Amino acid sequence: MSNNRVSRRQFLNYTLMGVGGFMAAGMMMPMVRFAVDPVLQKAGGGDFIPTAKKVADITNVPERVDFSFEQVDAWYTSEVTSTAWVYKEGNSIIALSPVCKHLGCTVNWAGSPDHPEQFFCPCHAGRYEKNGKNIKGTPPLGPLDEFEVKEQDGLLYIGKTRPNTLV
Amino acid sequence: MLNKIYDWVDERLDITPIWRDIADHEVPEHVNPAHHFSAFVYCFGGLTFFVTVIQILSGMFLTMYYTPDIENAWKSVYYLQNEVAFGEIVRGMHHWGASLVIVMIFLHTLRVFFTGSYKKPRELNWVVGVLIFGVMLGLGFTGYLLPWDMKALFATKVGIEIAASVPFIGGAIKTLLAGDATILGAQTLTRFFAIHVFFLPAALLGLLAAHFIMIRKQGISGPL
Repeated sequence: MSNNRVSRRQFLNYTLMGVGGFMAAGMMMPMVRFAVDPVLQKAGGGDFIPTAKKVADITNVPERVDFSFEQVDAWYTSEVTSTAWVYKEGNSIIALSPVCKHLGCTVNWAGSPDHPEQFFCPCHAGRYEKNGKNIKGTPPLGPLDEFEVKEQDGLLYIGKTRPNTLV
Repeated sequence: MLNKIYDWVDERLDITPIWRDIADHEVPEHVNPAHHFSAFVYCFGGLTFFVTVIQILSGMFLTMYYTPDIENAWKSVYYLQNEVAFGEIVRGMHHWGASLVIVMIFLHTLRVFFTGSYKKPRELNWVVGVLIFGVMLGLGFTGYLLPWDMKALFATKVGIEIAASVPFIGGAIKTLLAGDATILGAQTLTRFFAIHVFFLPAALLGLLAAHFIMIRKQGISGPL
């Protein structure tokens, strides 16, 4: 027998707290897992979405291209329209996301009369160069995201966004 | 570590008397199942409260996914039950717990009745207990509509028609419950949702507090 004898009170405390804790955990575990489910959901694979834009028509001036796809939002499925700013750089096609990296508003090419050769965000006057690089002294802290693109049957297809690879 | 945190707080706020008042009290021999096994009947009230706590918790989690709208209610219930991890378990807890709470209240009522515990000076606590029973039935009735399936719809139609059969004011009660004189639809669902998750739980918590304060003040009734 060791020197630290466990008293009856201690023994009861530990066993009751252990059993009670086990029961409480068994009760809470399903509910907590239920609540955190969105964090643990796997992201679906990104399909390329066709646009109406002919690749041959793309110039070296960024142009707005809208594309629609079916978005499944839990129990609600809807047709959603997204936008890309598309231009040609040499032979490659660049498609930039219009989502401002400051706080998520939508940027426009030549959106400000003072800066005709830049992307402009109307919310807080954030500005980006043509390749999406954020301009120092304006609110955004990073460059615009880029869409994966591919050509099929002469049409432009747009995929998932990825961090800007041009800057 | 925990002891030190407790002592630190206790030194400043003197919290020991507060929880002593709540937790430390006599459990007479005649209500202790360790002395007389048949005393387990005195556990039904506590078990009712335990199931009520489970109902409140599981209900809080269910509202993270549930939508009280006639277009989406059924779809959101289907989604949370079949697509969300443990959705079937959490909805199951709320579904079965709803019936269990009524069973437990009934057993508790029987115990109080047959031990004569409702007699003077505890009449008021009996009255509050009956009010709690009414609120629980209301929670069951309003919650039954929320999945918005055929069973829910027709059960609520029948329930509202029963309410409408009250003399003179039946029509007004029906409109008040359904939100419309003839339609059982969009407004009924939002009303029942609000009643189910805000109004009745608030009433329930108030009544439970009164129930517990009274039992602490008066103590458990004596042995038979």
